[in-house]
Amino acid sequence: MVKQRTPDLRPVSAPDEIETPVLSLSKLAWRRFRRHKMAVGGMVTLVFLVLYCIGGAFIFTEEYANYNDLSIKLQPPSSEHPFGTDTIGRDILARTVYGGQISLLIGLTAMIVEIMVGVVIGALTGYFGGWLDSLLMRLTEAVLIVPQIFLLLVMAKFFGGAVPNINILGREFSGSVIVIILIIGLTAWPYTARIVRAQFLSIKENEFILAARATGTGTWGIIFRHILPNSIAPIVVAATLGIANAITLEAYISFLGLGVRPPTATWGNMLEGAYNYIDQGIYWLWLFPGLLILLIVLSINFVGDGLRDALDPRSRAV
Amino acid sequence: MTRYILRRFLQAIPLLFLISLLLFVMMQNMGDPLATMGGRTMTRSEDRARLTRQLGLDKPVIVQYLYWLIGNDWTKIDLDGDGVAETPGIRKGVLRGDFGYSLVNREPAMEVIMERLPNTLLLMLTAEVVILFGSLLIGIYAALRQYSLMDNVVTALSFIGYSMPIFFVALGLMYIFAVNFKAWGLPYLPTVGMFDPQAGKSVWQVAWHMVLPVITIAITSFAANSRYVRSTMLEALGQDYIRTAKSKGLPRRSIVFIHALKNASLPIITVVGLDLPFLLGGAVVTERIFAWPGMGRLFIDHVSRADTPVVMGIMMLIAFAVITFQIITDVLYAWLDPRIRYQ
Repeated sequence: MVKQRTPDLRPVSAPDEIETPVLSLSKLAWRRFRRHKMAVGGMVTLVFLVLYCIGGAFIFTEEYANYNDLSIKLQPPSSEHPFGTDTIGRDILARTVYGGQISLLIGLTAMIVEIMVGVVIGALTGYFGGWLDSLLMRLTEAVLIVPQIFLLLVMAKFFGGAVPNINILGREFSGSVIVIILIIGLTAWPYTARIVRAQFLSIKENEFILAARATGTGTWGIIFRHILPNSIAPIVVAATLGIANAITLEAYISFLGLGVRPPTATWGNMLEGAYNYIDQGIYWLWLFPGLLILLIVLSINFVGDGLRDALDPRSRAV
Repeated sequence: MTRYILRRFLQAIPLLFLISLLLFVMMQNMGDPLATMGGRTMTRSEDRARLTRQLGLDKPVIVQYLYWLIGNDWTKIDLDGDGVAETPGIRKGVLRGDFGYSLVNREPAMEVIMERLPNTLLLMLTAEVVILFGSLLIGIYAALRQYSLMDNVVTALSFIGYSMPIFFVALGLMYIFAVNFKAWGLPYLPTVGMFDPQAGKSVWQVAWHMVLPVITIAITSFAANSRYVRSTMLEALGQDYIRTAKSKGLPRRSIVFIHALKNASLPIITVVGLDLPFLLGGAVVTERIFAWPGMGRLFIDHVSRADTPVVMGIMMLIAFAVITFQIITDVLYAWLDPRIRYQ
């Protein structure tokens, strides 16, 4: 269905008249975002990386990415294998394509888990306060006190091993992917919860909340229709940075050998054991997946930074 | 103030219990600790059963937690498996300072940890000093030349540094300064361990082996910290007392380093104070790559062998340090800034 354009009925202003154009909030944010050069650059890089991971799948099959031939192991980059081959003779270029898909998948879904848990806990504590607040905030502090990487390693051990391979859309995934998504989501939420709680604490004191309550809006209506939409900006920023964080964390645990199990490739587990070969001057094992992780994290961080500026309601720049 | 500190510690106690319970329950499903015990393989199932009873692994989780927490010398345990508890327990429990014995090598867990702690502290404190001086230098420089070319370059570099995974920095540095320098015949840096076994453990050897890990940790932390220094310095430099100092004709050096830095250092102390305890855990990844015998590596090794006493010991030590440093930071802050008072 073609969206019908409404005729512009606003009076045409004289060219010399200084007037702020009438813009919706999202248009305003988009304008501010565009002015942030680094953020736009990050966005473009991000699009290219996503295209690389999806488009590459049309060139290489997953069987090829997982096909190992010990006779060509540890070959330096050549025209046949542009990124070289790994320790058991798999093509690194093809593996970065499929590894990127899994890394992106983990980043996105772990972020969703993190945001869902964080928003629910932050909203409950911020809105209701009282014993629920003290209880859940103690839990939040407890999770924050142990360094995240330690928690992740313990949880990876806890949930790992027992998960069978799963089959989604005709592709075989190592069940450890699900484990990694869950544990990253379940250890990263305290940051989001704190942000959401602070937002709720300040927004619930506003007059429009009082008005909503006076007109008989129920508790859940106030939480979901009135307060949550007003605190969406910091949540969006936290979510964006959460993706970058999840991709890095996945790389860390996979690098330490407790992450996603082969043959499923991720940018993180492609690096596992790369340091054992560094003395032989073999750089292609870690350089390409490492660069891709750096690029994607960097571009997501730039986008997040741009979003933070663009969505800031106090910013009056148009 | 004493009351305040005391109250903060009292509030922390339930938190520590909560953490320990959560972690302990999680440790129970970490695999079979008997499978890798001391490299021995038990073929007889009676041996397994006896050992399981000796270690108390046959008890329900909550009882195991209780024994871990308060020991079992107040009760009797069943060692021979006849269903009658007759042998008095000998464990004292964490609350009385007994963290139990490592399941891997049967040494007291605390001794195993304390053996590694100095190595981690040596590495991480050196790194922290480098980070602190480096980020102060970069941050102040960038603040004094706001929006100059150098400031923009530093900003861009710190974004890159912030986004760089530690292992990428580590592998890159190793490749350049160890592998390639060796290939080019230049003096090259060592990549693994604390000292060369042939040269023996000397101050010079340890310092030489520390260069790469310290730079690795520093590069990834410079970014965030120098940005922070820059913004607090900018804020301090915009204050009225700086203008007064300038109009009095004070030299620029004393304005920047005495008037501005002194006031800007308050928030910086908070950041450093909250960072310090996390150094205890060591950079898990850095220690692994550079084979540094610290606590981070100890943690990974013992997590993979399901060694509950050592892993719990490390995590409780860190949790305790984090809480303590939070309190110290708050107190220090109030002491340095007379405007802040805690009730």
